Amino acid sequence: MQTSASKRGVLPGFGLTMGYSVLYLSLVVLIPLSALLLNSTGLTWAKFWDVATDPRVLASYKISFLTAAAAGLIDTVLGLLLAWVLVRYDFPGKRLFDAMIDLPFALPTAVAGVSLTAIYSQNGWIGSLFEPLGIRLAFSPIGITLALMFIGIPFVVRTVQPVLQDLDAEVEEAAATLGASRFRTFRKVVLPELLPPLLTGFALAFSRGIGEYGSVVFISGNMPMKTEIAPLLIMSKLEQFDYAGATAVALLLLLISFILMLLINSLQRRVRKTAR
Amino acid sequence: MAGSVPLASAKTPTARNRTTRSSGVAKWVLIGAAVLVLLWLIVLPLAVVIIESLKKGLGVYVDAIRDPDAMSALKLTLLVAAVTVPLNTIFGVAAAWAITKFKFRGKQVLVTLIDLPFAVSPVIGGLIYVLVYGAHGWFGPWLQEHDLKVIFALPGIVLATLFVTFPFVARELIPLMEDQGQQEEEAAVTLGARGFRIFWKVTLPNIKWGLLYGIILCNARAMGEFGAVSVVSGHIRGETNTLPLHVEILYNEYQFSASFAVASLLLLLALVTLLLKSWFTRKSQHQQ
Repeated sequence: MQTSASKRGVLPGFGLTMGYSVLYLSLVVLIPLSALLLNSTGLTWAKFWDVATDPRVLASYKISFLTAAAAGLIDTVLGLLLAWVLVRYDFPGKRLFDAMIDLPFALPTAVAGVSLTAIYSQNGWIGSLFEPLGIRLAFSPIGITLALMFIGIPFVVRTVQPVLQDLDAEVEEAAATLGASRFRTFRKVVLPELLPPLLTGFALAFSRGIGEYGSVVFISGNMPMKTEIAPLLIMSKLEQFDYAGATAVALLLLLISFILMLLINSLQRRVRKTAR
Repeated sequence: MAGSVPLASAKTPTARNRTTRSSGVAKWVLIGAAVLVLLWLIVLPLAVVIIESLKKGLGVYVDAIRDPDAMSALKLTLLVAAVTVPLNTIFGVAAAWAITKFKFRGKQVLVTLIDLPFAVSPVIGGLIYVLVYGAHGWFGPWLQEHDLKVIFALPGIVLATLFVTFPFVARELIPLMEDQGQQEEEAAVTLGARGFRIFWKVTLPNIKWGLLYGIILCNARAMGEFGAVSVVSGHIRGETNTLPLHVEILYNEYQFSASFAVASLLLLLALVTLLLKSWFTRKSQHQQ
């Protein structure tokens, strides 16, 4: 103990903190997660394949993917606008503006869910404006997308903001002095630098959107094949005590999340390198 | 991953007017557009909670909050946060100490594993505990024999909440303590300081604001978690109902005003969290 500690440096507590961290991580995260991977429900390949190719399950994945991707894309554009204005301009109320961006992080998802439903349902504030046009916002994929946009927007802003801050304004000035137009400067000088953080922000919002449950269940209407998202399908399989089915849907979702996480990690390392 | 962004990257922006002085019009058009987006995406949902909760008058609002089921949901929510936040804080500090003050193999793997719960859907966060402790799970039969209840009871809610809030404190502290290095602590060792005293006297003052920042984010999520808790709670009114679940129950019973009244309590929690968050951010920048 003493020798291994002195090899690592003079500071104390490695054995204790490391041991505790690994134990706690195992108890809270790794062992429970392994219950899913080690197939505690007696899920067979045949059953897994049955569930994975069930039209209702496939439809739920398609809805989850498309809405999360659409919300992520819109958030990327809107998030860039918000981050740009926050970094480049001074205006009254800016500090409050900046603080409000984090509301979706702090607001319980169920509250967001009921509130957004009230806004976009047929007799809601915005929903009633679209109803005469024959467009349904709530209880349609549009509603799911709107909810995921709310959840995802801070991810984009908070990823782009620090990079934009570190971006050297002098390079832009130089480009402008050399006669480049404002738009050309943005496209040729600023945008390439912002691409990695924008991509990271999109991936974070997308990843969160695929797994999101609370803000979506109220506004989606949960119609099988139409507005049923994958996490909800896990929930309804559990309610019918179909543990093997729930495990099958969850395994697929988990696999996608892991791939996204590794992608995001490598993107974030790239962003950190360019930011420094 | 999903859920929070490190404090280090949340600097208060400083304007660079030099590059933009040439076009005042573009500036105000962009600011106007950004303000509209903010009002639509973020301020509107906030305002709707308050307006809907007061729609049927103050009487209905007060009744909804003083309702025994709402009060017991509030108590359960506070209890769950009181258990989970300290546990995850102790873990976060221990993990950050091990990771940032020492060199060892597999460090990057450990950091990635700590982040894992943010990548996983909250519904899966609940499901895995059902697979371990539920009636058909690994320990289900044993628990039943000994008349212990985890799923559809308080322990299950605590475990699911521990899972979803697991990374908050650790991922806040790791970059912060990494930046600070270990010279100060090593100096303290040379001067004869021992063990916990070094952390208490040297490290803690340096990371205090970042730590508090992680704790309030962890707390907000612990009190507001819906998906994971929904799987393991069983929705027993007055017993295993947390505040977010109570919002859902009232909403599904078409008691919209009451539902929004309870939701407004959670909105208050979010606003207090944001207020403290920006205060801690400013303090920590001051310190750096």
